[in-house]
Amino acid sequence: MKKLISAPYLLWMAVFIIVPLIMVAYFAFTTTDGAFTLDNLAAVSQYTNIFIRSIWLAAIATVICLIIAYPLALILARSDKSYQSAMLMIVMLPMWMNFLLRTYAWMTLLGNNGLINSFFSLFGLGPFKMLNTQGAVVLGMVYNYLPYMILPLYTVMEKIDISVIEAAQDLGCNSRKTLFKVIVPLSMPGIMSGITMVFVPAISTFIISRMLGGGSNLLIGDLIEMQFLGNSYNPNLGAAISLVLMVIILLIMTILNQFDEDDDRVLM
Amino acid sequence: MKKFLIALTALSVALMCGCSHIEEYEDEIEETEETEIQTVSVKDEEYYTRFKDSGLSINVYNWGEYIPDGSDEGVLNLNEEFTKLTGIKVNYSTYASNEELYAKLKGGGSTYDIIIPSDYMISRMIKEDMLEPLDMSNIPNFSNIMEKFQDSEYDPGSKYSVPYTWGTVGIIYDKTVVDEEEIGWDILWNEDYSGSILMFDNPRDAFAIAENLLGFSLNTEDSEELQKAAEKLKEQKKVVQAYVMDEIFDKMGAGEAIIAPYYAGDAVTLMDEFEDLAFAIPESGTNLFIDAVCIPKGCKNTEAAEMYINFLCERDVAYAVTDFIGYSTPNQAAFDMLDDDVKNDGISYPDDEFIETKTTTFRNLSDEANLEMQTLWTEMKSSEEETPNRFIVPAFMLLCVVASLIILIRRYIRKKKDIF
Repeated sequence: MKKLISAPYLLWMAVFIIVPLIMVAYFAFTTTDGAFTLDNLAAVSQYTNIFIRSIWLAAIATVICLIIAYPLALILARSDKSYQSAMLMIVMLPMWMNFLLRTYAWMTLLGNNGLINSFFSLFGLGPFKMLNTQGAVVLGMVYNYLPYMILPLYTVMEKIDISVIEAAQDLGCNSRKTLFKVIVPLSMPGIMSGITMVFVPAISTFIISRMLGGGSNLLIGDLIEMQFLGNSYNPNLGAAISLVLMVIILLIMTILNQFDEDDDRVLM
Repeated sequence: MKKFLIALTALSVALMCGCSHIEEYEDEIEETEETEIQTVSVKDEEYYTRFKDSGLSINVYNWGEYIPDGSDEGVLNLNEEFTKLTGIKVNYSTYASNEELYAKLKGGGSTYDIIIPSDYMISRMIKEDMLEPLDMSNIPNFSNIMEKFQDSEYDPGSKYSVPYTWGTVGIIYDKTVVDEEEIGWDILWNEDYSGSILMFDNPRDAFAIAENLLGFSLNTEDSEELQKAAEKLKEQKKVVQAYVMDEIFDKMGAGEAIIAPYYAGDAVTLMDEFEDLAFAIPESGTNLFIDAVCIPKGCKNTEAAEMYINFLCERDVAYAVTDFIGYSTPNQAAFDMLDDDVKNDGISYPDDEFIETKTTTFRNLSDEANLEMQTLWTEMKSSEEETPNRFIVPAFMLLCVVASLIILIRRYIRKKKDIF
């Protein structure tokens, strides 16, 4: 009976997850004629700096998200129930808006004639170059993916029993010690899934870098898109880049999971 | 509280954006209300009745915003007109670039009856046997097409395509800021305007500008010349604000940038809205592009598709098209209907001598040249820092694997200890 119920999901996974993955691998290891080759993977190495930039920017965005989201989730989880739901709704609110529109709004905010620079010019400052920089790309990532960090953190922290914290305080922990010895270890699963949910989409995004980075801060996502819609149609190289990206993400996630040593939960 | 403020700002921004769009939209409606309602009368109605009650439908795949769609008042919805006339239903969808169209057709899985690629893409598709030859006896209105467009380099003798629109690439600039006497391609490299220059985010168009400046052919496949052009584009990078395509419209309109290369047809639309902008076609020469209607292989009913092509060549239809999208028409009958100031403004219809001697149409490049251009372009765009050692990523991955393994082994050992 159990098997019967899960059949549709298994079918779904096979058709829409496993088969496409196999196709990506197939394209990555073949030429246009279908012969086996390693040239595609070798060709990926010429884009090393794009890979490094993507990993670097995504890592910065993830760290910033964590720094912003952690205190917020902590405060949220410890506040009134009614206040909590209102705040949660405000966290979710930007996500109701279309992704492109949200990013587009930042273009009008950050531009040389944008709202922020017009505000500064009232005081005779600027204009500051904010749009078309790497900073703008990171900002776009942080802004778009912040809710994905807040929500898992909040869920975990809400479940932390208040009596555990009280016990720690009773036994003589100051507030710093309570935070680092009790709350942080207990919220580790939330931190891990938060990092996964921000880092993975951030590293493979392409529209943010195009809209806010001015097209000259290429990320891996842009590179993959260019193989399909660029001057030369090269799905094999595109698949190879995707494959390398997947392996890199897999590795980074395995390593991150090792920090969560105490329980062997798999968070991916 | 902080988050609350951020969210509030975001919300107000969204509201502001929304409001300004609504205002613009209202303006547009007011403007167009004055224009008379266009109508379509066709030469030979008899011809269009062949499939009247057959319930046929055709799939049309066109550029975005490239046909009058009835979105503004007083503007025809050509697809609806066609259905009314012939009884053939039109399924309309759009693409953003020739490469997207190519990738879609190459990937298979979808069939289209009508596509409208540009010149170089047409020759590529002909070469790769992706187009259906046209039966001109089903397209009597082909005679409306100007003679100079009836035969072309990309499709000699118009066996596969019928020109739909054409135009040139030029430079759009803010005339209150730019005071150069003559606008040439080198203005896009001018450091006086550093940070206010936009550039095409499309290798073929961008290389064409560099090649023009260096005096190379726009269709060069010579590796050395391509590298020199890439070098030139690299030089330009420090003055370029952003690499964009369709965003040129917004950025130039908002005064965010001062100079940008642009297609003549879009420039006309943009200049209608913003008075400070002007457009110039550099004297040294430019690219002339032609978008033409074709039938891809796999079309189910070529006769119905040819009927659609014939419809697009009708005088009134071609006129409605050029009137709505602003691109130049290759249709002589429609051209004759245009106002004199449009015919003579030098933007949409440069004089024949200029076209003859100074403009080049893109030809399809060899696979090698395309690949080289793509590689050079990617390199140029990511050339910010020195390319690091190419073994960094493999080394990094190896490091990750090793670290992962060490942790796993350590954990395994610890577990064993726990058991005993």
